[in-house]
Amino acid sequence: MTATTLAGLTGAALIGLGLYGVLVNVHALRKILAFNLIGSGVFLVFGLVARRGAVAGFAADPVPQAMVITGIVVAFSATALAIGLLLRLHERRVEDAAAESDNRSDNKSDKT
Amino acid sequence: MSLALDLFTVVAVVLGAFFFLAGTVGLLRFPDSLSRLHALTKADNLGLGLIVLGLLPQATSLLGVLKLVAIWGLVQLSGATVAQVVASAIRRRQDPPS
Amino acid sequence: MTVLDLLDTGLAVLVLAVAAWTIVARSNFAAVIGFMTYGLLLSLVWARIAALDVAITEAAIGSGVTGLLLIGAAVRLRALEKSDTAGQVGGLGRVGAAVLSVLVVVALAAVFLSAEGQGPSLAPEAARHLPQFGLGNPITAVLMAYRAIDTMLEKVVLILAVIGVWSLAPDGAWGGAPANLSLAEPDPALVYLARVLPPFGIVVSIYIAWVGASEPGGAFQGGALLAAMALVVLMARLAPAPEVGRLWLRLVIVSGPVTFLAVGLLGFAIATGFLAYPTAYAKALILFIEAFMVLSIAAMLPLLVLGPPKVPGGRA
Repeated sequence: MTATTLAGLTGAALIGLGLYGVLVNVHALRKILAFNLIGSGVFLVFGLVARRGAVAGFAADPVPQAMVITGIVVAFSATALAIGLLLRLHERRVEDAAAESDNRSDNKSDKT
Repeated sequence: MSLALDLFTVVAVVLGAFFFLAGTVGLLRFPDSLSRLHALTKADNLGLGLIVLGLLPQATSLLGVLKLVAIWGLVQLSGATVAQVVASAIRRRQDPPS
Repeated sequence: MTVLDLLDTGLAVLVLAVAAWTIVARSNFAAVIGFMTYGLLLSLVWARIAALDVAITEAAIGSGVTGLLLIGAAVRLRALEKSDTAGQVGGLGRVGAAVLSVLVVVALAAVFLSAEGQGPSLAPEAARHLPQFGLGNPITAVLMAYRAIDTMLEKVVLILAVIGVWSLAPDGAWGGAPANLSLAEPDPALVYLARVLPPFGIVVSIYIAWVGASEPGGAFQGGALLAAMALVVLMARLAPAPEVGRLWLRLVIVSGPVTFLAVGLLGFAIATGFLAYPTAYAKALILFIEAFMVLSIAAMLPLLVLGPPKVPGGRA
């Protein structure tokens, strides 16, 4: 089994692992990690396709590799936006919970 | 001549890999974080130095030699910094500031 | 079985093992560390299938900058939630997810193993026009000449992500500065590294961006390295996090796509169409665009890591 086929099979296994992680993990940060795993598995599949196109004295077909480079940068920006949303969501939850407990203690002191 | 150089490369790289293995064994077997950090830093630096030394005869030009030595220097610099930062973090966790 | 086959098999097993650890680890922080390690091992796999440009990009952006972003997120979430562990769904859901994943993997593996040998390829087409642009690296030719519009639109996607992250600021902090990267006082060793490393890093990143025209490298890799130097300086608090409302910062961010667009529109005047390069100046124009691309990538990646503004700033 050549390095190329092994890399393609690794990519398929990573897609499966990432899919399992997205479905099974409850915490949003773990889902984002698993989603990145799916993404890098798909990129490895692109690499397999690129390596299979090795003609004309090139070691690999350059077009899928260029698409993967673009994809890695776009995946990073998507992850950054997702993390920003996640952190803001948790900050709002903490603020709302603090406001809730403040309201409740105010009501209690009003009653006494 | 090239046979002697290849032999030198093989011996040095195998020794370097052995030191990396020793560092990993230290990471797994040492009792607390500081001693594990010590094992990792010392053994990995020595291992990388030996591997770079072994790869030097295989470089095709002076620029390649300089690049290898620069890689070794940069990894030492960042490895030492990381070890210092992790150690002070462990220290802060063990005896918290009063 | 040769030694290289052993290496490939061992590498594949290691990559899958670390990826599995990332999925099932109990602590969020441990999962993020596992993800960074996985990224570095993956760049070795990329090097093994003759994709050196992708290997550099994966190590720099996929594992390095993404890892820094995720570590910051894990640490802040641990401070917010007061706990680090993450649970998983119950037994039946887990079984269903496992069955689905195995089905997907088996289907994909069957497709790969069935189509052996040579596949369709655009490599001859890419090779035929390389001398026209004076480039030696076909991937740079694809990114900057054949599919230049994709690269330009990708820069716009980065700007959209930056705007999206900035829009998460609380109302009072609009246009202000993001919170500092390091939560505590930086260690003196880190400050020393932030003084010594950036000069080397700047030289190496310019070299990588320059040499990408003929060897593995390019603007994305150089920009990512320059962004890493900026992040080291920010981590050691040698420079404060910039206010996002500053004009110079916004000019640097848009300089990449604007230069790309300007050269593209210039193509109507001096060459055959949009984003077409005249043969005499092709390599010079491509390097000109790449210089500004490196600057804007080096500005945008740290801004995405820093996150939305938290501290009120001077102007909106």
